[in-house]
Amino acid sequence: MTTPARPRRTAGAILLEFLGSMNLAITLLVAVAFSSVIGTILKQNEPYQNYILEFGPFWFEVYKSLGLYDVYSAAWFLVIMTFLITSTSVCVYRNGPRMLRDMRAYREDTAERSLRAFHNKAEWSFAHTPDVLREVVMRHLLSYGYRLRVKQHDDHTVVAAMKGAANRLGYLGTHIGVVVVCVGALLDGNLPLKFAELTGKVRVETRQLPSTEVPAISRLSADTASFRGLVTIPEGATVNYVGLKLRDGILLQELPFQVKVADFRIEQYDNGQPKSFESDLVIYDGEGQVPQKQTISVNHPWFYKGYAIYIVSFSDGGSKLKLQAWPLAGAAPVQTLQGEVGKSLKLAGASGPRTIEFGDFRLYNVKPAPAGSGKQFQDIGPNFTFKLRDESGVALEYENYMQPQEHEGRWYLVSGVRDNPDAEFTYLRIPVDTAGGIGRFMRFRAALLDAQKVRMAVQKTVQEPMTAGLAPDPRMQQALTALLEKLLAQFNAGGFETVTEFVQQSLPQEQRAETARLYVEFLHQTLRELYDGAAAGEGGSITQADHSRFFDDAVNALGVLRDYGSPWFLQLADFQHIEAAVLQVTHAPGKSIVYTGFGLLIMGVFIMFYLPQRRVWALLRQEGGMTRVVFAGSTNRDSLGFAKDFAELHTGLEARLRAL
Amino acid sequence: MAVTRDSMVKGFDKRPFFGALSGFDWLFAALVLAGAGYVLYRYGAVMDVYEIIILSGVAPAVIAQGWHWKAVRAMLLAVALLSLSAVWIYGASLDAAQTSFLLKFLISSQSAIMWMSVLFVMATVTYFGALFLRSDFAGHVASAFTWSAAAMGLTGMLVRWRESYLIHVDYGHIPVSNLYEVFVLFSVITALLYLYYEGRYQTRALGGFVLLIISAAVGFVLWYTFDRGASGIAPLVPALKSYWMKIHVPANFIGYGSFSIAAMVGVAYLLRERAGRMNPQGLFATRMPALDVLDDVMYKAITFGFGFFTVATVLGALWAAEAWGGYWSWDPKETWALIVLLNYAAWLHMRFSKGWRGRPMAWWAVAGLFVTLFAFLGVNMFLSGLHSYGSL
Repeated sequence: MTTPARPRRTAGAILLEFLGSMNLAITLLVAVAFSSVIGTILKQNEPYQNYILEFGPFWFEVYKSLGLYDVYSAAWFLVIMTFLITSTSVCVYRNGPRMLRDMRAYREDTAERSLRAFHNKAEWSFAHTPDVLREVVMRHLLSYGYRLRVKQHDDHTVVAAMKGAANRLGYLGTHIGVVVVCVGALLDGNLPLKFAELTGKVRVETRQLPSTEVPAISRLSADTASFRGLVTIPEGATVNYVGLKLRDGILLQELPFQVKVADFRIEQYDNGQPKSFESDLVIYDGEGQVPQKQTISVNHPWFYKGYAIYIVSFSDGGSKLKLQAWPLAGAAPVQTLQGEVGKSLKLAGASGPRTIEFGDFRLYNVKPAPAGSGKQFQDIGPNFTFKLRDESGVALEYENYMQPQEHEGRWYLVSGVRDNPDAEFTYLRIPVDTAGGIGRFMRFRAALLDAQKVRMAVQKTVQEPMTAGLAPDPRMQQALTALLEKLLAQFNAGGFETVTEFVQQSLPQEQRAETARLYVEFLHQTLRELYDGAAAGEGGSITQADHSRFFDDAVNALGVLRDYGSPWFLQLADFQHIEAAVLQVTHAPGKSIVYTGFGLLIMGVFIMFYLPQRRVWALLRQEGGMTRVVFAGSTNRDSLGFAKDFAELHTGLEARLRAL
Repeated sequence: MAVTRDSMVKGFDKRPFFGALSGFDWLFAALVLAGAGYVLYRYGAVMDVYEIIILSGVAPAVIAQGWHWKAVRAMLLAVALLSLSAVWIYGASLDAAQTSFLLKFLISSQSAIMWMSVLFVMATVTYFGALFLRSDFAGHVASAFTWSAAAMGLTGMLVRWRESYLIHVDYGHIPVSNLYEVFVLFSVITALLYLYYEGRYQTRALGGFVLLIISAAVGFVLWYTFDRGASGIAPLVPALKSYWMKIHVPANFIGYGSFSIAAMVGVAYLLRERAGRMNPQGLFATRMPALDVLDDVMYKAITFGFGFFTVATVLGALWAAEAWGGYWSWDPKETWALIVLLNYAAWLHMRFSKGWRGRPMAWWAVAGLFVTLFAFLGVNMFLSGLHSYGSL
């Protein structure tokens, strides 16, 4: 607030006036607003690499030197904030005492002249003595809730009344509140950390290291005043640190206690959306202390000795997977594998070794239920994802379901594959046999690779009556046998796609349509021979139609194996589900200060707006036989409202005075 | 002075506060208390302590509101009647929505919100009609439309609350959890705030201006419903499962509503001011309220909004300290709430300390709407962050 210039001021006084000036305050409010916008538009605290890609090397450096990647702790932003706090404090320092005095000052020495200058005023003359009139004025004002002071001057009396003196507390509350909030928030900010980083005491670790190998320069001791870090803890594990993510690396913040995740539970809605997740925690706080236990969930953190522990998210904590690796290329035995989510293992295959990187395991997969099932959603059982990386580093990603899935009335073991994380999965559907497994399919596939079985099947096809009619003599039979073996080899190499390519290359254009149809028919028949051989000896009653459908599905699946790209089909046989809770641990010693500031701020705002200070004066002066009454009022807020109330106040008073 | 205050005032008593209340006031209070009491009796066992505190606070607040602003009593009773009818007809299953005429065409949440939409648009047109045709009767009709629209909107929300429990007991929540629901809330709150000012300042000339922004919100609700199918009730994400939602969101929307009213009154001010200069005998200059009244309404709306927005932001910070791990994270939503507050703080300082009035302040209030709008919608549309509960 500006005050009239005084002569001969000291430099300090000038500075104080500048800091407390309204122009500076408003400029700062607007400046903070504008600079805050930057931090919302530009994603903060991303790895530097992202910014370089986005802005190019030149602008990256410019923005970096302006501190735009972490605006809210950039030096210039903190300078503005400091100015705002200083400006507000100076304002309170300069106006506070005056306002406190003003709350108690009734201004009973006010002059008649100044009362006449008010907008809200009335004036009357009465034949009664000032004492009688004064009594009525006082009682009238009291009945309206005003507080009074009466002063007898030499030749007149002043009744000074006031309402809403606390309005001034509103001013103090809001402004002190803002300062208190800022001071508290500063305590909880990461200024000391920035300083330590600047002076080289602390360095961000950018390598992916296990927590035990993080060097001392990237570790922060447990007595750090304030921090906010994350840690992923698998069920059953105990840690005593959290990670603070900073730009492209982390710092390890040690905790003064150890946290164990004893259990993690997730509840779901019927549509599979998470309903709640909670975790049983145990804190071990030093030798000889009884371990403390508590269950936390979203919105219900654990406040422990000034630390707050939140559950933020969850992930797989290294579930153990038992897998059957069925070979899909070449003839190889079935292998049993032990996998673990987050780990990888190497496996030698027909086309060189591959690394299996286990990505995730999901216990529930809720999908919309098929129409007519009476339910809206159904759980289709566990699945796991993995990447298969070859020696050149190229990887395909897979998603395999444990239980057979229904598709158009038939059941399959399903595995999705994609070559980049943004693509949709395309699915391989292997039909399941009557035993619910993929044994029959695999026997069929093995038969296709078995030279002897293939020869027999080809022989049988060639000798079929229909085929025999087409190739009556041995020379033609021999040629047909050779052709069929070739077709089967093509089919094994890449399904019907390769067969079609072969047909196109080996046949002249004009014969292609007719002959190709025959080729496919022969091939089908041979495949069916092989299938019948593979399916023979299976117990149970399987209808011919079932066999036909299974055969079609199996041939379709075999036909896309080349695109599936994996030398194995990994069937999930068993698992041990281990979850991990992602915890956030914070230490914010300034919190209670900030909350006090919040309280002051809110109280102040409402007092300031809704408790206007209103002042009314009645000046009574005896002149001749009459007493003149000057009645006037003023307010500092809501002048329209006061004008209305004042009208009521003075007409009521006039009526009472006239009634005397 | 030796005499006590009481003895001084004796015989000068103004009308005592409670004595000035009518029978209807008492009936209203009794019904509100009975309703709250019944809820506590019937559902107290499944409410947590905070919910009981909130309910215990809401009941007296509603009574005080009804005693202070008499017009709202009848509206609240009508809303109670309509929503209780809907609850009663529904019984324990949502199927009644297809078979009951009353539900299907009037008071199922979807129907009620559609009625609200239609009535708000009709009110907008009628308010402007009343202004241009200088018809007081049309003005009354417009007010009636607005009251009805607010009542239907509120009914729609309350019934939706019940419907969420009928879909699945796990799904049940107060309908202020996504963009669709808060747009309805915004329309209702803004309309009620406007109706209060209308009653207090005895002017209907501002109705069209305020209702314009409500109609825009209604347009959004309709587009969102029919184009995006956003009116479905979805279960809450774990972070929203908290009693804080019941107080944080409504407080915020009182703020948004007030700032919107201030901006629209600002528009009215600018037009009226221009009309006063260019055409003092014209429609605007003669039918619109005086400039100082417009200025006062604008100021009152901003102070009211500022107060509630401060409360809402603080509540948000307290909630964040429980849900996100810190009372302040410079999340885009938090930061924009701060920007809104800083903007109006600067506005208020200009008015209090520099004594600015009139045109520049009206322009500023209009500009403030865009800042507010960005905080409300823009953040959800263009920025990502923790507060991603109402993405488009």
